[in-house]
This record gives sequence, C-alpha cells and structure tokens, in this order.
Amino acid sequence: MVNEAVQSDLLRWIVALPLIGALIHGAWLALVRRPFSKGLVVAISCGAVIASFLLSCVALVDLGGRPEGERLLVDSLYTWIGSGSFGAEAAFLLDPLSAAMILVVTGVGSLIHVYSIGYMNDDHREDGGFQRFFCYLNLFTFSMLMLVLSDNLVLMFLGWEGVGLCSYLLIGFWYSDRFYAYCGSKAFIVNRIGDFGFLLGIFLLFWSLADAGAPTVSFRDVQAAFPAIAEQTLRLPEGLAFLPGAPDWKLATLIGLCFFVGAAGKSAQLPLYVWLPDAMAGPTPVSALIHAATMVTAGVYMVCRLGFLYDAAPGAAATIAWTGGATAIFAATVAIAQTDIKKVLAYSTVSQLGYMFLAAGCGGYGAAMFHLVTHAFFKALLFLGAGAVILATHHEQDIRKMGGLRQRIWRTWVVFGVGVVAIAGFPPFSGFFSKDEILLSAWAAHVPGHRWLWAIGLATAALTSFYMFRLFFRVFHGQSRMSAEQLGHVHEPAATVMVPLYVLAALSAAAGLLGFPQAYGDLLGIPDSNTLANFLAPVIGHAEHAVEHSTEFALAGYAIAAAVIGLALAVVLYIQNPALSGQISRTFSAPYRLLLNKYYVDEIYDAGIVRPLVRFSDRVLYRLVDALAIDGYAVNGTARAVRSLAADSLKYVQSGLAQGYLVVMLVGTAALVGWLVL
Amino acid sequence: MVPISHAIALSALLFCIGAAGALARRNLIVILMSIELMLNAVNLALVAFSRQWGDIAGHVFVLMVIVVAAAEVTVGLGIVISLFRNRESVNVEDASLLRW
Repeated sequence: MVNEAVQSDLLRWIVALPLIGALIHGAWLALVRRPFSKGLVVAISCGAVIASFLLSCVALVDLGGRPEGERLLVDSLYTWIGSGSFGAEAAFLLDPLSAAMILVVTGVGSLIHVYSIGYMNDDHREDGGFQRFFCYLNLFTFSMLMLVLSDNLVLMFLGWEGVGLCSYLLIGFWYSDRFYAYCGSKAFIVNRIGDFGFLLGIFLLFWSLADAGAPTVSFRDVQAAFPAIAEQTLRLPEGLAFLPGAPDWKLATLIGLCFFVGAAGKSAQLPLYVWLPDAMAGPTPVSALIHAATMVTAGVYMVCRLGFLYDAAPGAAATIAWTGGATAIFAATVAIAQTDIKKVLAYSTVSQLGYMFLAAGCGGYGAAMFHLVTHAFFKALLFLGAGAVILATHHEQDIRKMGGLRQRIWRTWVVFGVGVVAIAGFPPFSGFFSKDEILLSAWAAHVPGHRWLWAIGLATAALTSFYMFRLFFRVFHGQSRMSAEQLGHVHEPAATVMVPLYVLAALSAAAGLLGFPQAYGDLLGIPDSNTLANFLAPVIGHAEHAVEHSTEFALAGYAIAAAVIGLALAVVLYIQNPALSGQISRTFSAPYRLLLNKYYVDEIYDAGIVRPLVRFSDRVLYRLVDALAIDGYAVNGTARAVRSLAADSLKYVQSGLAQGYLVVMLVGTAALVGWLVL
Repeated sequence: MVPISHAIALSALLFCIGAAGALARRNLIVILMSIELMLNAVNLALVAFSRQWGDIAGHVFVLMVIVVAAAEVTVGLGIVISLFRNRESVNVEDASLLRW
C-alpha cells in the first residue's frame, strides 16, 4: 500500500551524526596523524551514536503517535542519480520495519560503543588504534543506518557495501597479524559473491519493471508496480531443464533468488557462511555489534522488506526456508564441538540466522523480525559477556582452559547466564517467545515439507540449548583448569564493560514481552498483546495462522521440552560426570572429529575452489595474461617497437642542419596553404 | 594609383628571393638578411591590402612585424658573434652539433 508520506528532517540527522563522528576521526588521523586523547574520542563517538539513538526514539514516538495506516515518514535530500528513465533519490524512509531496525542498530550500537571504551582501553598494540577503532565503529553505524533507512534499493546497496567495508576493516583491525588480515579478506571476498547476486537482483527487477512501464527502484513504487510483473514467466535455457518448475519459471522467483544470494552472503547462510566464524578474529565488541547483532541480520531485513516479492514467488520462499533450516541445524551441530568461546558463539549466530530465514521463507516475516530483535539483544549480551570473560582471563579464549570462573566473576556469571537461558528458549526469557513464533510459522506454513522444517527447528532448539549450556558450564562451573597464578589474576572487568551487560541482560530477559503471543494474551485477558507484530503489520502483514490456541500451546510445550533435554544433557555431561564427555568423544572419534573440524568445509572449499582459482590466477591470469601478454607484448612490446624504429631510421631526421629544417617547413607550409586554398 | 596586383607581385618576388637566399647561402649573416627580406615582403603585402580595404589593422601589423624583426636581428646577430668567437666561422654547416 502506498500512503501519503510525511516529510521529516529528523531522519537525515539520525544517519548523519555517526558519519560526522567518523569523518572527524578519519580526517584528523589522516591529516594530523596524532590521535586525540581518549576522552575526546569517546565524547565524539559515543556522543554521536547516543544522540542518534535519542533521535531514533523521538522518530519512533512521532511514528507511533500517528494512526496505523499513516505511519510513514520520508526525508528526501536530493536526486542522487538521474539518467534517462533511471533515477535514485538520496532519501530515507521510516516505517515500522525500519523503525524497529534503527532502534536495534543505534540502541545496541550505543551500548557496544560504551562497552568498547573499557574493552579497547588496554589495547597498546599500535598507536592511534583507539581512535581508529571508534572511527570504524561510527562509520559502521552510519552505513548500517543507511542500509535500513534507505528508500530505494540502490541506496540500500550503498549501505550494504559500506557495512561490508567496515566489517573488513574491523575484522582485520589488528592487521599486523597476518592471519587476522587474511580473515578480513576472506569475509570481504565471500561477501562479494553475495553482493553480485544482490546487484543482479536489482538489475533484473529494474529491467522487468521498466519493461512493464514503471522504471523505479524506490521500495514503495516497486511494491505498487510489482503486481504488473508478478505473474510473468521466463523460459529456462535447455541445460537447466532439471531444475524444479522447469521449463517456465516465474520472473519473481528468479529475482527473489538473486536477492537471496545477496542475503545469504551477508547473513552467513549455506553455502556462503564460511566467513563468519573467521570474522571472530576482530575485537570482541566488533563480533557483538557487526557479526551478531546488526550487520549479519541485514539479509533478514532485506527479505522482510521485499516480502511482497517473496509472497509472489513460492519457489524462492521455499528455497529460503530450506536453506535457513539446513543452515540452522548444520551450524548448531558444529557449535557442539568447538572449543573457542567465540567460535561457539559464531556458529550459534549462523544457526540463529538460519532460524530467521526459516521463518522469513515460511512467510513469518513478523516472527523473523521478532527473533532478529531478541537475538540482537541476547547474542550481543553473550558476545560482550564472552569479551568480559576474555578480559578477565587476560585474552584466553579456549574453554578447555577455563572452568570454575563463577566464584571469581559472579557478576559476569549472572549476566552470561541470562543470555544463555534466553537463547536456549526457556520461558519467560525473550528467546522462548521469538523461537516459538518461528516454530509456529513453520508449522502453519505453506512451504513444501514445512512439518519437517518444524522438526528441524525443534531439533536445532534442543542442540542450541545443549551447546550453550555446555559453553556455560565449561567456562563458569566445575574444576578450574587454569594455573593457580592465572586464576589469581582473574578479576571482574571495569564499569564501562559491565553496565552495557546489565542493560542487555535486562533486555534479553524482558524483550519477549514485545511479541507476547495473542494465545497467551487471550488467556490473561490482554487484547492486542503482540505489540511488535501489530506495529509491523502495516508493512509486512499479519501472519495468518490457521492454528488453534491449543495447538499453539502444544508446540510451545515441545519447544520447552527440547530446551530441557538440551539442558539435562549438558548437566549430565559437564557437571555430574565430566569424564563422560571425553569418553564419548573418544568412542565416537570419527563423528567427533568431523564436527570439531566443522565438516571440513573450509578444507573442501580450499581444495575445490580457492586453490584451483589461485592456481589459475597465478599460472594463467598472472603469468600468461598479465606478465606475458600485457606487460611483455602490449606495454614493453610497444616501447621496444618504437625504440627500434627510432634507433634505426627515424633519428636521422634530426640532422642538425638548420636549412634542412627550413626546407621542410617551407614545403609543409606551402602544402598546407595549397590544400586550404585549393 | 598602382593596382594591388603589382604590389602583390613585388611582394611575392621579394619573398621568393628571400627564401631562396635563406635556403641556398651558407653564410649566417646572409641568411639573416634573407629572412629580413621575407619579413619585409610580407610587410609590403600587408600594407597593400590595408590600403585596398581601407583598414588600419594592416598598418598596425606592419609596425608589430618591424619591432619583432628588429628584436630578431639583435638576437640573431648576437648568436652569430658568439658562434664566431667559438668556431671562427659563420658557416651554418659548422653549427650542426644538435643532432642524433
């Protein structure tokens, strides 16, 4: 539905403030080269993001004060690109969907900025690192806000690339370590594959809309014009006849799949997830902000934003749902065997993102967004908590070398525990409600095999509960496996580190109330209890569950049972009988090693794609094409040809005899005059 | 009243004599003189056309050419003297060092 939009100059400031912060830092570091004092850095960066958060709250209040159908604010700045029928505005769009996103981005972003003050404070690895770090963080916040607030696909792509760049810069923040620099490049390159799909999607959508007489990239106009092309089909080439639905595909399916390739790259879905676990090379606040709470959810946001397209493309939606489901369970199994605290959380993030895509593919955009929000809270909490543990243990990340930390750092133990319980899905913590809604939308979906998807989701929930409690027990409970001296140095981190943790713990515990299901609401006599779903409904529609309340309760019962099973297993294996887990891993050593080595996916990619590509680039592109053909023949060959020509014959023209030159000049002038006159 | 064709014919003749002198003679001083001759042939044509069309611009050009020619002769003779001091010759073929 296209509504009359109200102009609001507020939006540009929400986006601009972090950019100003980044520009001040960037310009100063590039031109003056002597970093600001830490206090000034903090004042500028945190001030910019917190101000942006406050403005977002003001915008939300403004939005919420309007009647339901008119919740739409735009801020048109200028025409960014205009070329023939193609045009892209630099314009921002605030509707309930982007409002939810900017609150998460600036809210969680502010907390992580504050946390970073404490976390990066003892980073003496290089000069200016503190300011550089905050410069990148601000730049990231700016890009992410561009992404979620953009009014059209092209501007969204700009933000999309911006967050990718910042991710690369921050993963490789300690670039003097070659491996970290490699991880940054890996993230960037894998993301490029996804970006390629995103671009193709934009081109294809614009092209087919232009064919239908509505050349536009703005979301609202695209949505209005989309029915014109919704039923168009195209014929697949002969070679692709094996694909389901061949020989005629809906155009919308192809467009939807192109966009999903982009989403899969950014949001770390199979088969493009490999960069996210390695992205943990970056500082922990970065892992929390970029690689858990915000950037990686951009793909989910995009799918929800283009929900109208996927509603018309069941094939693409089913692909999303199944990819999401497969990713969810795949990553959850890997997370079971990991020993690095951040790697466990990274695979958990991949798994939870798969969950969101499962919901989005099943048409449960509200459920996906709900889980996005709650996940942003509890995963940021878990990462920041892990950061607190890492700080407390002086940069120890191996959970095999931890244990028994509860007595030393009980405050961290409490907040980390809240995060674990939330992600494991115990009521009444936030993860329970959002996970439940996803399972419900899978149960009630129209996607082929949706009951299997539900079962996968349930199994993933049990696995999630198991590996999170495994992590929790290994770190905080049992006998300490640290040396006495190391243990003596363990201490609770500074206040700037702890305060964001308390806030996030409160949010993780309570955010479920944002999406309190109507089934429970009816029980307690609360009308319209699902605030978030009702708020988002004008943009992404209500999920039409034809499900009885009793079924809903039964499904919730299964989900709780799954979480309890996971918890019980973890208690048995890691508290009651710690020796048993070692025995199991020895008895089933082959599957254990498979999980420990992440199904050897990195090795397979390396052997199957990376090495052949590198060899091809080295042998053919570099030695043959570049060194031999371009450098050898084209560049040096031209120079050699000119030189031999000049050296052998042309140089004798330069005789040194003035009268010879005079003859040439006279003859030339005469010829020129003759040609002009005659 | 002399017809313009006469003046132009004289101008062309002077120019050709000058050009021939500049090409054929080897003495630098003579070459300079020949160049002066060519310049003055052009001056003659300019004045003739100026009179033909009743336009003062031709006269102005001629004055400019005379000034430039004076400067050119000054520099040219300076070079000739400097060359003579170094080589004891004013033959143009002896001054062909600037080549391959």
